[in-house]
Amino acid sequence: MIEVKNIYKSFRDKNILKDISITFEQGKTNLIIGQSGSGKTVLLKSIVGLHEVDKGQIIYDNKIFSSMKHVERKKIRKKIGMVFQGGALFDSSTVIENVMFPLKMFTEMTKQEMEKRAKFCLERVDLRDIEDLYPSETSGGMQKRIAIARAIVLEPKYLFFDEPNSGLDPKTAIIIDKLIKELTVDFNTVTVINTHDMNSVAEIGDNIAFIYKGRKWWSGNNEEIFTANNKELNDFVFATKLMREVRNFKLKN
Amino acid sequence: MNVLYQIGKYFYFLAKIFKKPEKRKIYLYLIFDEIDKLGINSIGIVFIISIFLGAVVTLQTAYNISSPLIPLWLVGLTARDSMILEFSSTIVGLILAGKVGANVASEIGMMRVNEQIEALEIMGVNSSSYLVLPKIIATVLFFPILTIFSMIVGIGGGYFSAFITDALPTDDFLMGIRYWFHPFYITYSVIKTLVFAFVITSVSAYQGYFVKGGAVEVGKASTRGVVYSSILILLVNVILTELLLK
Repeated sequence: MIEVKNIYKSFRDKNILKDISITFEQGKTNLIIGQSGSGKTVLLKSIVGLHEVDKGQIIYDNKIFSSMKHVERKKIRKKIGMVFQGGALFDSSTVIENVMFPLKMFTEMTKQEMEKRAKFCLERVDLRDIEDLYPSETSGGMQKRIAIARAIVLEPKYLFFDEPNSGLDPKTAIIIDKLIKELTVDFNTVTVINTHDMNSVAEIGDNIAFIYKGRKWWSGNNEEIFTANNKELNDFVFATKLMREVRNFKLKN
Repeated sequence: MNVLYQIGKYFYFLAKIFKKPEKRKIYLYLIFDEIDKLGINSIGIVFIISIFLGAVVTLQTAYNISSPLIPLWLVGLTARDSMILEFSSTIVGLILAGKVGANVASEIGMMRVNEQIEALEIMGVNSSSYLVLPKIIATVLFFPILTIFSMIVGIGGGYFSAFITDALPTDDFLMGIRYWFHPFYITYSVIKTLVFAFVITSVSAYQGYFVKGGAVEVGKASTRGVVYSSILILLVNVILTELLLK
């Protein structure tokens, strides 16, 4: 479990996060949603320690991460897998080298063992026979899956996704969503997903936190969101005609 | 105030680079890779610059000696000492600041923009050490070799220009390059190159590492890396010359 308690974050004079408290549960997909510029990426980067919070606490399984020293944080970081918006794959390395990278850095495995593990993770995300390609030779959806394979290679306890479906077609986005859900259940991870993809909200939103102007404005799940009585949330989630029709259909049935 | 802040941040960055590496074996592999990318790949440009520098210095000196009282072998001596003392270290250093500095700043800058540096940090890897230390070690190890190579090629260029023109007899040139030789000049030049290599790589890496924004900012950071390291090379050149040749 990851607990975020009353965190504040500002850049120069601009307050980005204001008094945010959220609990992310294990074995569930925890979604952070909000408009562009609402502060959700800053929140995600603060949780993983890429930004230092000004005030408040970030707690990983009863250990206060936000006040840990660098060496202690390193131990937690080895249990974290993160998939960035653009994949953040190393473009001078092949697909298999990318997936093997954490193993090379943090384990004493032999090359054969590393290759076996990397291939297993690639197969787990439905990728085969692309080991020797470079990331630039693969599609956007493949790059996301390679990044997921790299994130799970050390069997993480905490998985973070920043906009996993951005730039993907709806069909590939559904595949990625399903994969995230399966991995969360299989590995029993605390999965935190930063998204503004409404399909993800409806499909895999076990827990949803809506961030509005740097504050947590609403929280619930993918059933409760359809009946929520919150103007800002409804303006955001049901901005499209399609989503409004989905809501009307859901409410009728 | 901003200058002081940047200097402080640069030294903090250096402190992070020289922290104990995660796995030495991996660093060893990376150093060889960087020697290939930053060092061996620079042999061509160093060869071209050095051969022409040596030729031009020889011809200019020869054509400027008009007094019959000055022996022609002084042309060879001048070309040799110019190459060893200044051209092979400082001028080649400035050229490498352009080539290697821009390469380092843009490579690291693009990694920052594409979140690859964040990805390394999340994994628990000391990104500054992992990305920059092998580059610094590689250039500090290989640039002195390039400098000595430049000296040889430059003097060879001088000989070649004497051979293909009627500026001076080649025997005079050969006599000049053997006359009154100070081995310490080579040591002085190599010491300068070691410092230049460190300055070029660390300053350019610093510019790339802290890039914010997109491709335009990466371009600006590369330019800053080249400009700042060139200025520092000229400054360090004066200081080291005063210290070592006094």
